[in-house]
Amino acid sequence: MTLKKGLALAIFVSLIVVMAACQPAAPTPTPIPTASPTEEATAEPAEASNRLILATTTSTEDSGLLDSILPNFESTYNATVDVIAVGTGQALELGANGDADVVLVHARAREDAFVADGNGTQRYDVMYNDFVIVGPAEDPAGISGMTSAAEAFQTIARAEATFISRGDDSGTHTKERQIWDAAGVTPEGDWYVSAGQGMGEVLTMAEEQPGYTLSDRATYLARQEAGLTLEILVEGDQSLFNPYGVIPVNPEVHPNVNAALAQTFVDWLTSVETQALIASFEINGRQLFFPDSEAWRAAQGS
Amino acid sequence: MLASAALGIPLGAWLALTPFRGRRILTALIYTGMGLPPVLVGLIVYLFLSRSGPFGSLGWLFSFQAMVVAQTIIATPLILGVTMSSVLAIPHELRLQLQSLGATHWQTTLAVLWEARLGVIVGLVAGFGSIISEVGAVMLVGGNIEGRTRVLTTAIVLETRQGHFDVALALGIILLALSFVSNSALVILQHRTGAPS
Repeated sequence: MTLKKGLALAIFVSLIVVMAACQPAAPTPTPIPTASPTEEATAEPAEASNRLILATTTSTEDSGLLDSILPNFESTYNATVDVIAVGTGQALELGANGDADVVLVHARAREDAFVADGNGTQRYDVMYNDFVIVGPAEDPAGISGMTSAAEAFQTIARAEATFISRGDDSGTHTKERQIWDAAGVTPEGDWYVSAGQGMGEVLTMAEEQPGYTLSDRATYLARQEAGLTLEILVEGDQSLFNPYGVIPVNPEVHPNVNAALAQTFVDWLTSVETQALIASFEINGRQLFFPDSEAWRAAQGS
Repeated sequence: MLASAALGIPLGAWLALTPFRGRRILTALIYTGMGLPPVLVGLIVYLFLSRSGPFGSLGWLFSFQAMVVAQTIIATPLILGVTMSSVLAIPHELRLQLQSLGATHWQTTLAVLWEARLGVIVGLVAGFGSIISEVGAVMLVGGNIEGRTRVLTTAIVLETRQGHFDVALALGIILLALSFVSNSALVILQHRTGAPS
């Protein structure tokens, strides 16, 4: 009898444990998008029609942009957007494997390759922001105010000042490698730290080391709000331009993707109304992303 | 956790009580499994559940189910290994005695498991600890989707990445509190059943 009692207790405890470990946490102050009615249903096909998996870069989520604009899409189309925020490399890989319905990334050459390989149907311009070279206020390498990103990188390399690289094959990392190429420098040595982490973690590392790093402006500004003391030292160079593109995953290659909703999402994202939402997204009075879809450009031109 | 317990305890008992060829190698494999890097489990589960993988048609990736699968794989060897070694620590004579008293194989196994219950509970605690503190695997196969597959640990990662160290820390304290409550329950259970009958 004690055995039964003990077993029952053990099972009960395990149950609590399962619930504790698996309960989705909802900690952020931002409102959770209201669950669609079918979300409770266990049958997969039923919820497939209004569930969209968006593979995107950490910058769009960490900056808070998605939290700000997605509720509009979800309520308008009664859909749920599942955001998988990873590096651009992994986001494109998720798309290529058919594990996401649509990708929103920033690495132009690789986006074009993604479409050329048949993984995506078409690339659409969405918006842009720019990269900035940030570093400690003391600026040990003396790059502050330079107008050329490549020149700044050369100077950092010559001074062997600590530089934190994303090192994760992300869009920012891709951009960073392009700048090193343009600078004609192969970054290696103790001063060059390949972190293998997201933008937020890398900014934290650069703050602590201290060191220089390349960051997208949006994540940098968002983190500055949270107390980051690194300063923008170089900005405005043409080579620091950072365009974002959205690509629906090709349903001919991956029949299981939610192609209809993916296209709806792309149309919504590039529409003038949503573009205006993107333009109005500010942190501390500063605009983080600049709308750049075809529809937006047309509306501006007229 | 339940799945791991359901798999781990009986298998552990069976392995400990049934001599067969290759048991040593299997034991070594299980002990290796106890140190299995969770992120490796995550990667493998991802590759299996991916649309391009063998079980892609299930549509389980980035879902609760995917996280359960990964967690089960992580915790089972822990529970299994500890159960096995604690059953092995029960004197062989007990089994012989039980059998001589006419106990069936099932009765013997249950009785020995009961004697080894302290160890089994330690196994459960270890399994639970590994699951609740796990980040890498659930991040990979769950995707950290808000309101669906975001658990306390992945929420901590996200908040840290966003520079909200205070929120991240608060979540960590909640996680610890939860862990304390459930582990306390296990300890109470251990105490209640503590004195060997």
